[in-house]
Amino acid sequence: MKEKRKNMKTPKEWLEKHSKGEGVNLKKLKTKIHAKKFETKEKEVKFATEIAAKAEILLTEQKGYLENDPGETTTQFTQKDIANNVDITAATKSFDLKLEFGPYRYEIQYLNKYKSENYKFSRAKYTKNGRHLVIGGKKGHVAAFDWLTKKLHCEINVMESVHDISFLHIETMFAVAQKSWVYIYDNQGIELHCIKRLNKVTRLEFLPYHFLLASCSDEGYLSWLDVSIGQLVSQFNTNLGRLSILTQNPWNACLCLGHAKGVVSMWSPNSRDPLAKMLCHKAPISAIHVDPSGMYMATAATNRELKIWDIRKLEGPVQDYKLINAATNLAFSQRRMLATGSGNIVEIYRDCCNQAAKRPYLLHKFNNPIGNFNFCPYEDVLGVATARGFTSLLVPGSGEPNFDSYEANPFQSKKQRQESEVKALLEKIQPELITLDPSKILEVDVPTLRDKIEAKKKLLYVKPPKINYEPRNKAKGKGGSAKIARNKKILNEKARKEFIKATKDILPEVKKTKNMKKPFNVLDRFLPKKKQQ
Amino acid sequence: MKVKVISRSADQYLRNTKLEIHKVFRNFDPDLHPFSDAREYTRALNAVKLEKVFAKPFLGNLDGHRDSVACIAKHPTRLSSLVSGAFDGEVRVWDIPQRLCVREFVAHNGIVRGVTYTPKGEHFITIGDDKTIKTWNSLMPQFGEEDEPVNTVLSKTVVTSLSHQKKSNIFATSGEVVQLWEANRNQPLKTYEWGVDSLHDVAFNMVEPNVFGACASDRSIILYDARDKGPLRKVIMKLRSNKIAWNPMEAFIFTCANEDYNLYTFDTRNLKKPVNVHMDHVGAVTYVDYAPTGKEFVSGSYDKTIRIFTADHGHSREIYHTKRMQRLTCVHWTLDNKFIISGSDEMNIRIWKARASEKLGPMNPRERNALRYADALKDKFASHPQIKRIGRHRHVPKHIYNAQKELHVIKKKQKRKEGNRRAHSKRGEVPYVPERAKHVIKEVH
Repeated sequence: MKEKRKNMKTPKEWLEKHSKGEGVNLKKLKTKIHAKKFETKEKEVKFATEIAAKAEILLTEQKGYLENDPGETTTQFTQKDIANNVDITAATKSFDLKLEFGPYRYEIQYLNKYKSENYKFSRAKYTKNGRHLVIGGKKGHVAAFDWLTKKLHCEINVMESVHDISFLHIETMFAVAQKSWVYIYDNQGIELHCIKRLNKVTRLEFLPYHFLLASCSDEGYLSWLDVSIGQLVSQFNTNLGRLSILTQNPWNACLCLGHAKGVVSMWSPNSRDPLAKMLCHKAPISAIHVDPSGMYMATAATNRELKIWDIRKLEGPVQDYKLINAATNLAFSQRRMLATGSGNIVEIYRDCCNQAAKRPYLLHKFNNPIGNFNFCPYEDVLGVATARGFTSLLVPGSGEPNFDSYEANPFQSKKQRQESEVKALLEKIQPELITLDPSKILEVDVPTLRDKIEAKKKLLYVKPPKINYEPRNKAKGKGGSAKIARNKKILNEKARKEFIKATKDILPEVKKTKNMKKPFNVLDRFLPKKKQQ
Repeated sequence: MKVKVISRSADQYLRNTKLEIHKVFRNFDPDLHPFSDAREYTRALNAVKLEKVFAKPFLGNLDGHRDSVACIAKHPTRLSSLVSGAFDGEVRVWDIPQRLCVREFVAHNGIVRGVTYTPKGEHFITIGDDKTIKTWNSLMPQFGEEDEPVNTVLSKTVVTSLSHQKKSNIFATSGEVVQLWEANRNQPLKTYEWGVDSLHDVAFNMVEPNVFGACASDRSIILYDARDKGPLRKVIMKLRSNKIAWNPMEAFIFTCANEDYNLYTFDTRNLKKPVNVHMDHVGAVTYVDYAPTGKEFVSGSYDKTIRIFTADHGHSREIYHTKRMQRLTCVHWTLDNKFIISGSDEMNIRIWKARASEKLGPMNPRERNALRYADALKDKFASHPQIKRIGRHRHVPKHIYNAQKELHVIKKKQKRKEGNRRAHSKRGEVPYVPERAKHVIKEVH
């Protein structure tokens, strides 16, 4: 029995997937006690990694796939073909809603002007567990429903233009960015809140682990609203003009904004300046999306470019594509498929980040222009909101087949939902922890150490203290102004000397660092030669 | 064309009846669990806050004594029994879970100086200011019968404290001299003297049964071997030690409670320097007792507080106090490692939890795991400023707070003065003396 267990080796790719990175180099540690401590810690980490990797074997569901026979391409398969070849329950996931609530206007000239706001007609978003869907039409039609069972929660007309829509942490509440303010409705369509401080909002993003409803506005304002306590965490003007392209980085909860100058900027509520700015294109950016693992960012610009960036390193582009039409929408799926939308066409690419994809994996044409689309988490489905309705497309292999009940459970009951809401609230991450690197909290706080050293260095430029000498009252004849002046001089001199002596100890260190900082310059050879010491 | 799409059948994912628990599916893919570090940090913060919320260490008190409690003895085999002696010569036996006094009698004229159970718990021995050593039966006397000692021995000298050997029937008393007694004998087996006029505490080693130590009024701690004729060694300190306690797990380690507000842990192999100095009390430390694990010990002090130290740490991890508790005379750690029993000047015996926020009683495995997880998280993030501050914070009475401040000023002043002296004398003339070397005068063989 024991031997059998030994033979069962966990595959390398599983171990790599769960790996927590390279460990500490034990040889570099100076003291024995710390070496021992880190050794045990490394052992624990290794053990945890192995156990997590071994648990892979318990996953029940298989991922979806679509394979072509020789002579065929996957691109040629239509939704009809796919729906006819899958089982009945899966086939019901492909559906089309025709929503004829007033004329949804579609004007081609806006497309050319790339005022993105105007050609996105309706918006649709899923909950975190992918079970529920909320759609909002430009003309004020809002509906929330369980899209798997097709059970409608509510359907209302807000009698105002709807710019964006988003579920909050649970499916019983959603926020709608309307003509001037943001409103929160519950799943019966009852207005819970009207948030007048979020004015003229164009896009909404909900950060589920921070309970923050992030929004960007027509007037260039970015704001983060804590929905658990109902307070605005931060709101400021970015001074970058009208903001209408917004996406969140699910890995670090930063917001990514796309600008007309081809720049993508990343924001956290803690600083009024962007955390990072990337010049991605030489034309206005038309769409951005970040993949759920936070590894890649896809950006599209009006010059038909599509670029994939390594967002952890803020480097790239990893891939550089030229599309036939400029993409106005982008969406990554959980298994890193990328959907691009332009006009009335949706193209889905597979393996487009690591290697250059030659042709789309799937392609779908609509009769109407696309509003926006999102991949449904934990399902092989792409939900597309169009000018005249909502279409659910089957995209085999796009979703993660195995969910984690404690993280997002599509089958959760009411009681489970309530319990997980409480748990999530207890674990709410404070907005101060939003940074580019989410594991910063585990690292040594180097800046404070640096500050200490800086403060020490600054001592060098401090003037020596002057002594306020007040002579004691002495007996008559013993004092005299000359003597007082002399004493004062002596004391001041002494204090100065002491001060210099104290600062001298620090001086050599600083000099060393100064020398090290200077990089070698080619022109240095023309400098007068230094004396050999 | 081969195609497959994710399709989950609900009956596989939902429970069949309401009587079952919900099915749980796990996927440990790190991509599905974002912000793991920040969430762990939040959990650790919650855990450390909850620890503070649940920190209610005081469980109850045993009242009945008509004078200050002088000494307490734990039953070696039963957790529920306790015997205590008071300053008016009264001895009481307690039932801890019921918080009842089950037996009371006057054992001595004057103060009961010491009490201890015999190894099997059949008898207990008391000593008093009337120089008698009395052995009592642990069983209650029959109805109508008086409490009578099984054996009474009159010592020639004053007896101030006693300690029983771990397994045999030999016990030691201290006083003007240290005497070794055997049960049922009226004369001491051995008498040890080393030019000291009085010894006030004696304690047997629990691992090495023949070794024992005593605290003397000439500020020394003396080590003895029961098989030897004379004492082994002694170490003289700057101030008197009040109580000595042996580590029940490490035979060569003992800790003494000192008058100078500190406790000192010594290694018997090298008495020149204590292994550790435990500071935090702001009054003379009167009593010290080890936890049965040997990893922690509890101390009671004249400053009206109980402190719990980790054996290898210089500062306490916990302080217990109440408004009504006066100067501590004795503190014991129970043998199940869960409770602390303290006797104090105002006639009460108090029962405390050894870990202030521990949940007593049976626990679900889930609950236990959750608590363990919380402990691991607290450990992981222990050095983060917010968590450190919350975990370390203790509310202390005003007199302790003021005394701590005063002590701090005194220590700062001493340090400054020493620095000044060093600056104004020849190099090396005022050496740096480590704290551990400051309190011992010499070791005598």
